[in-house]
Amino acid sequence: MLNQLARDVKASMSIYDAGEDQVYGLLAEFAHPGELLHAAEAVHEAGFRHFDTHSPFPIHGMDKAMGLGNSLVGWITLGGGITGLSLATLMQWWMGAVDYPINISGKPFFAIEPSIPIMFELTVLLASLATAAGMFALNGLPRPYNPLFYSKNFARVTDDAFFLHIAASDHKFDRDKTAQMLQELGASNVETIHDHGEEDQD
Amino acid sequence: MSTASTDKTLAHLADFHDEAPLVKGNLSFHDITEIVSSHTEKKTPFAWYGAFSLALAGLMLLVGMIAYLFWNGTGVWGLNNPVGWGYAIVNFVFWVGIGHAGTLISAILFLFRQQWRTAINRSAEAMTIFAVICALVFPTIHVGRVWAIYWTLPLPNQMNMWPQFKSPLLWDVFAVSTYFTVSLVFWYIGLVPDLASMRDRAKGKLRKLVLGVASMGWTGANRHWRNYEKAYLLLAALATPLVLSVHSVVSFDFAVSIVPGWHTTIFPPYFVAGAIFSGFAMVVTLLVIARKIYGVENIITVDHLEKMNIIILLTGTMVGFAYITEFFIAWYSGVQYEQYAFVNRMFGPYAWAYWTMMSCNLFFPQFFWFKKLRRNITFMFIISIFVNIGMWFERFVITVTSLHRDYLPSSWDYYTPTVVDVLTFVGTFGLFFTLFLLFLRFMPMVAVAEVKGVMPEADPHFYDHEGDGHGAEHTVQPSTQQ
Repeated sequence: MLNQLARDVKASMSIYDAGEDQVYGLLAEFAHPGELLHAAEAVHEAGFRHFDTHSPFPIHGMDKAMGLGNSLVGWITLGGGITGLSLATLMQWWMGAVDYPINISGKPFFAIEPSIPIMFELTVLLASLATAAGMFALNGLPRPYNPLFYSKNFARVTDDAFFLHIAASDHKFDRDKTAQMLQELGASNVETIHDHGEEDQD
Repeated sequence: MSTASTDKTLAHLADFHDEAPLVKGNLSFHDITEIVSSHTEKKTPFAWYGAFSLALAGLMLLVGMIAYLFWNGTGVWGLNNPVGWGYAIVNFVFWVGIGHAGTLISAILFLFRQQWRTAINRSAEAMTIFAVICALVFPTIHVGRVWAIYWTLPLPNQMNMWPQFKSPLLWDVFAVSTYFTVSLVFWYIGLVPDLASMRDRAKGKLRKLVLGVASMGWTGANRHWRNYEKAYLLLAALATPLVLSVHSVVSFDFAVSIVPGWHTTIFPPYFVAGAIFSGFAMVVTLLVIARKIYGVENIITVDHLEKMNIIILLTGTMVGFAYITEFFIAWYSGVQYEQYAFVNRMFGPYAWAYWTMMSCNLFFPQFFWFKKLRRNITFMFIISIFVNIGMWFERFVITVTSLHRDYLPSSWDYYTPTVVDVLTFVGTFGLFFTLFLLFLRFMPMVAVAEVKGVMPEADPHFYDHEGDGHGAEHTVQPSTQQ
């Protein structure tokens, strides 16, 4: 069960286990964002879950087409913000009123008003750092190795090409049938991706 | 597809084409990658070396001046009683202000869905980061005992001392360093997809390796874009109040004191408007040159520059309005010291600085009311230089005129900077341009993924009419549709 959970979490980061014969999945190219959106919709409707689209820019409406919910980054930001705010308040109170109280023109050792700028700054600082770190963590990045990089064609994904990748780890995956389905959806080039990661290490 | 939704989509398409296209010259997705990335791949042009040597010489000058200062102490500057804050604080406020335009473009315009920002946000954010680096130099070297600068940070130390959190100068430390960090993070996150673009085009092994590490294995997966876009939105939402707070906190350095001419509540909004004003002028100055040399005139178009000039006109007028409001409040307060400080600004020994500021900031930008002038490249370049000068003088006027004649006439003085003061300031331009030229040479100067994302071809519904006669022309020649 724990393994299944780990697999699902990794799948949400677009990281999949290779299937038989080290088959990682099928990579299909589509002509433009419109086709890709429709293909993603159809693949999701056909019951696939371990699949992802790859494009040079985010495509409007793709999350819905793929059946993805809201991103969790916001909660991490909130956590960072609350940490920053509490840290700043505690720090200024403890340093100013407890550990090193100094009388300056009879002002209180700790008060909210002069503490606000630093409370604000640390809230923003920690919230931003948490947002960035949380985004990379939820995406499973950095990930220097990715079986998709074996595809020569895939290098154009950051330029002007649009891909749909169905992972072999999906329970509905069948190399021939899935390939046929992709072709029927209008894919121009369907290639099988192999995961050679462990061989390459030897 | 039902008729109702077809009409809706057509209306949607019409919306797209009502405004002039953001990208001109009928460029495809690939053309944009090519135009932007190829500059970092080809052999370094001779002109770049020329510019870089000049900038590097400026940087060396800065290093030399700082070394001279550290050896001799702050006595080498023109500071004395009563003007204890001179060039260092003027330059600090000037450079922080320059940075603000970058964050405004990247964060605030993003929240307002101003899609034209995509052409200029990368270079403007780079400018922000480099300007803040230049700014941070000054408070650091201004402390005199530079080896004690770490006292400003809440670090446990053998003296059992903590920083004094009631001081606006300490708020500044937190505000500017937070601003720098957040800008850097925001910039890097924006860079990741473009670095991946460059990685996938890279030829050499080393280049592939460096870009591979820097782009973190980005594959443009939609599961990634989903978190990425959310994070980008949140960072924009966090950077927006941050940028407004930074110059507000900088203005507290002045406003929290009781010096006439400084102790006013108008300072925070007026400093923020001034910062955006000066920053946009700097963006125009830099981009007018860079877009020409780099041949990206179809991506950073005259329309973009015009929009920036409108913001210069708006913020310049706001700043001018603030100058006049200050006068009114000084008169209305009935405080004679306050009144004297302002009359002295206008007609005192620093009147020349005051009128330079007034004409550069309030008068010259008014030419941008005329569409012809704000679309004229040469003209806008000249005005942007005037604004840069004017905004430096604004900080000079605020700092020096208020201090040089304080409450006690016997201590009145006329502040003059020394050669070291001036050369240190000149040197920071060397630092700034060294960094900016390195950026232009090695980084994608336009946010490629974002520019592609705002093209009509990026909208999946752009292709909905293929086959029914409506869409054919769109698919063949999309960008020619107006």
